[in-house]
Amino acid sequence: MIPFTLEKARNAEQAIAAAAAGARYIAGGTTLIDLMREEVERPERLVDINALPLAEIRVENDVLVIGALARMADVAAHPEVQARQPLIAESLIEGASPQLRNMASIGGNLLQRVRCPYFRMLDAPCNKRDPGSGCSALDGLHAGHAILGTSDHCIATHPSDLAVALVALDVTMRVLGPQGERSFPVEDLFRLPGNAPHLEHTLLPGELIIDVQVPAGAYSRRARYLKVRDRASYEFALVSAAVALDIEGGQIRQARIATGGVGTRPWRMRAVEEALAGKPPQRQAFEAAAQLAVREARPLRDNHYKMELLPRTIVRALELAGEVA
Amino acid sequence: MTTRVIGKPLPRVDGRAKVTGSARYAADFNQPGQVYAVIVSATAGLGRIAGVDSAMVESMPGVIAVITHRNAPRLPYGEHKSYIDPAVGERLHVLQDDRVRFYGQPVAIVVADTLDRAERAASSLKLAYEAERPIVDPADPTVEAIVPEGARHADTSRGDADAMLAGAPVMVDETYDIARENHNPMEPHATIAAWSGDRLTLWSKSQFVVNEQAEIAAIFGIPPENVQVICPFIGGAFGTSLRTWPHVTLAAMAARQTGRAVKLVLTRKQMFFTTGHRPRTLQRIAIGANADGRLTSLIHEGAGETSRYEQFTEALTSASGYIYSCPNVRTRYRLRQLDIGTPNHMRGPGEASGIFALECALDELSYSLGLDPIELRRRNEPEIDESDNKPFSSRSLMTCYDVAAGHFGWSRRTPEPRSMRDGRLLIGMGVASATYPAYHAPSSASVRLLPDGTAEVAVAASDMGPGTYTSMTQVAAETLGLPVEQVRFSLGRSDYPPAPSHGGSWTMASVGSAIRAACIAVQEKAVRQAVADQRLTVFGGAVDAIEWTGGRLRRRGDPSPGQSYGDIVSSLGKPIEAEASSQRDPDVAERYSMHSFGAVFVEVAVDPDVGTIRVRRAVGAYGIGRVVNPRLAASQCTGGMIGGIGMALMERTVLDPRDGRPVNAHMADYLVPVNLDIPKLEAHFVEEVDPHVNPLGVKGLGEIALVGMAPAVANAVFHATGKRVRTLPIRIEDVLTV
Repeated sequence: MIPFTLEKARNAEQAIAAAAAGARYIAGGTTLIDLMREEVERPERLVDINALPLAEIRVENDVLVIGALARMADVAAHPEVQARQPLIAESLIEGASPQLRNMASIGGNLLQRVRCPYFRMLDAPCNKRDPGSGCSALDGLHAGHAILGTSDHCIATHPSDLAVALVALDVTMRVLGPQGERSFPVEDLFRLPGNAPHLEHTLLPGELIIDVQVPAGAYSRRARYLKVRDRASYEFALVSAAVALDIEGGQIRQARIATGGVGTRPWRMRAVEEALAGKPPQRQAFEAAAQLAVREARPLRDNHYKMELLPRTIVRALELAGEVA
Repeated sequence: MTTRVIGKPLPRVDGRAKVTGSARYAADFNQPGQVYAVIVSATAGLGRIAGVDSAMVESMPGVIAVITHRNAPRLPYGEHKSYIDPAVGERLHVLQDDRVRFYGQPVAIVVADTLDRAERAASSLKLAYEAERPIVDPADPTVEAIVPEGARHADTSRGDADAMLAGAPVMVDETYDIARENHNPMEPHATIAAWSGDRLTLWSKSQFVVNEQAEIAAIFGIPPENVQVICPFIGGAFGTSLRTWPHVTLAAMAARQTGRAVKLVLTRKQMFFTTGHRPRTLQRIAIGANADGRLTSLIHEGAGETSRYEQFTEALTSASGYIYSCPNVRTRYRLRQLDIGTPNHMRGPGEASGIFALECALDELSYSLGLDPIELRRRNEPEIDESDNKPFSSRSLMTCYDVAAGHFGWSRRTPEPRSMRDGRLLIGMGVASATYPAYHAPSSASVRLLPDGTAEVAVAASDMGPGTYTSMTQVAAETLGLPVEQVRFSLGRSDYPPAPSHGGSWTMASVGSAIRAACIAVQEKAVRQAVADQRLTVFGGAVDAIEWTGGRLRRRGDPSPGQSYGDIVSSLGKPIEAEASSQRDPDVAERYSMHSFGAVFVEVAVDPDVGTIRVRRAVGAYGIGRVVNPRLAASQCTGGMIGGIGMALMERTVLDPRDGRPVNAHMADYLVPVNLDIPKLEAHFVEEVDPHVNPLGVKGLGEIALVGMAPAVANAVFHATGKRVRTLPIRIEDVLTV
């Protein structure tokens, strides 16, 4: 590990001032420390934000507010989360092993780095780690990589399960920075790689995630997260789907669908959602709509199976959501 | 009043030490003044080191030494090979030249006063390479299949398998591709090396401490008695610590260069480079049968990958010669040399891969014949080992099928693929045979009877998890007639009486028999000394008139309790010691074919939508001779079955064809089963008395527990889905489309 300084922020102002001067935030550290050990991340200055009062989980006017420092385990176990937004609880449980859930924060989860193996190998070119050096995965081994939102510079998938659920649920996030506070949809946090894959998110220098705000919807409780992988736990998604359905009178009024493991960012499936509106919540309708998920996909040599697996995962997640009483 | 302890389900005698953390593993033996070494691994897959810029690193804080091929001492690398090393080729000479033979080869070692500084220095060291593109795919058409010089049975043939295949009424002819696996035990390889003059002590993770002693002595050109290897505990190994790999040499080299005790622990990533792996194998099985299911022809051709500098061989095709009855059998074993590190034995070496192909092919044949797969095997049950015309010392394969089928509930299975469901899940049930040779290697053991009535037993053996400490204590306690609490068994030091490598499922047979012999010898000695001691009640008795049972000596027919070993030793004033050896009687070995057999049943559930494959339960029955400790045996079987699930559905080391790097050298990316993947696993041991294999009647269990699991899973996946997958591991993408 490369030497670094560590300071503890007592309040948001101190934290933001440090970050604006170049420090990196550290909360649970489950991604950052790991990457620092491998010297993929080389921060010179860390600011520990764990003392900040941002771990609260509460309900305000039907909106579930989850503090950025709340731990994955605490959020997943919270009665209001389970009752109001079961999709979030399920995505958290599926998202990490218990040890990691106990440490990892919600803000950190959203900002975790990619799982592309070449990103973690210092002797392999990677545009995300070393801009302009090239993408090793493109001509290398990429069975786990993205089929949506890729560019010639990066094909890594976004690894967060929680982010997929938050994007499906139209969650907004509140951030505080040197220029003050602002709110925007979680979906807008993530950039496409384009020709600058090292720029992963839209936070301004020094900005600190305060909380995420989950609106209540008629679809919130009829929601499931399905994560498909070769082993039952402790593996990133090959494909995942977060689905929330508003069903009334035997018809889908509104569907919310986002997918993971397929896109360079959590991928909202608006065409599929639109195709489902007004349809009966039945397999035939699910299958027809799910085909639209891969319409714009660009598979590579090793990840062609995702063209088949993605629609199937959406169909199955829709079925699961439809079965929720 | 013999204490019957063999066969009892004793808890592990070392269990408390392990769970309380007092058991010391190699890296726990920190030495005074110790410094830390970190290996720099090649980042080219083939070529030569064109430049080393070490000046900057040498001036980094705490750095004590930077050793590369340019300044490393030229080591003698004296001739030394044990049976655990490939018979052909020469081991990697580390830091002796500028050649890079495979990705990850050690190219430098950096020593610093703290681990952190050594890591920093190692990652800062700049090496330049003249790199070439390596060939790392055994299926690459440019790779030639060579006849292994070392293998005794590269080609075998009886009858005319090819002609009979051509005319067979029913036929299966398929190819199989099994991925490379890395052992990935929990404990990484670790060595602490300390020199005192020209004497070297190594606290080093090893499954074969006496071989590590001899190997390092040969490499450094010093007498073996100058090297002491200590390894009382092993945190899993699966074969990776059988050989002495380059890091041990590097630790000793760095310790000598710096004059300090040096600690070297491999990173998880480095565990994929230079510590062996199960070789990827490419196989063909062709079976011809009559309409009634009797085999008329069996062809098994296989090739394993190996390095360019050594020919690693394993018994890939040998089981095909004896497991079933078939008059026409041809086997062929080849090697494909690649720009990779040398593979080595991994749990169930050879058989695990070969049996996968054979048992999957047999399953296919059962569908072609419309015959139950167990019935197919029953119809081809041999009278003798037809590969060498010897009777089996014991063979319980069909009993294993019967026992396991009953526990599993095979009769509930409907044979048609995709015919069984649980809700929307596709259910599949599969079976496979398992077999592994019952070896018995020469071993020694020593016993000391002490005045307090206890006994000390020592062998340079190892315990990588099967429970050697416990089972050997049971053998000694049983033979001495002492309670287990009065027996202390020690292992893992090269100055103890030599043991064979801790692998090949032969530790119980080999070390156990030696301990039994030493315990008998020490009691005979006790009798001789006791009858000559006038203070003892047995004084003056004829040696053959003294009986020893229950840890006591008495004159035959004497109703008195007699005299305990503690009394005798106290009276003599010094411990009674004996050392003895054991090996298989060559005459018996000449007369019998000795193998373990087992039957494995697996149920899988496959999600028809998203293709996830989960093992729901597994039942194995094994004929392994006498079971010394049923609790340990069940645990060993569970571990082997889990390894088999890994082999079947998860484990594979993926190499980037451009430079040969393993791209998933990380526990998040190299998948092994986690708790959630492991359902109820059942192991049953059939009653089997084998008077021939060895005095204890044990046949070994470590390997056979894994062999058979992967084909049973694959056959269950076929039964569930109708999709026959002949590559391992079987993954979601393999079953998505039928």
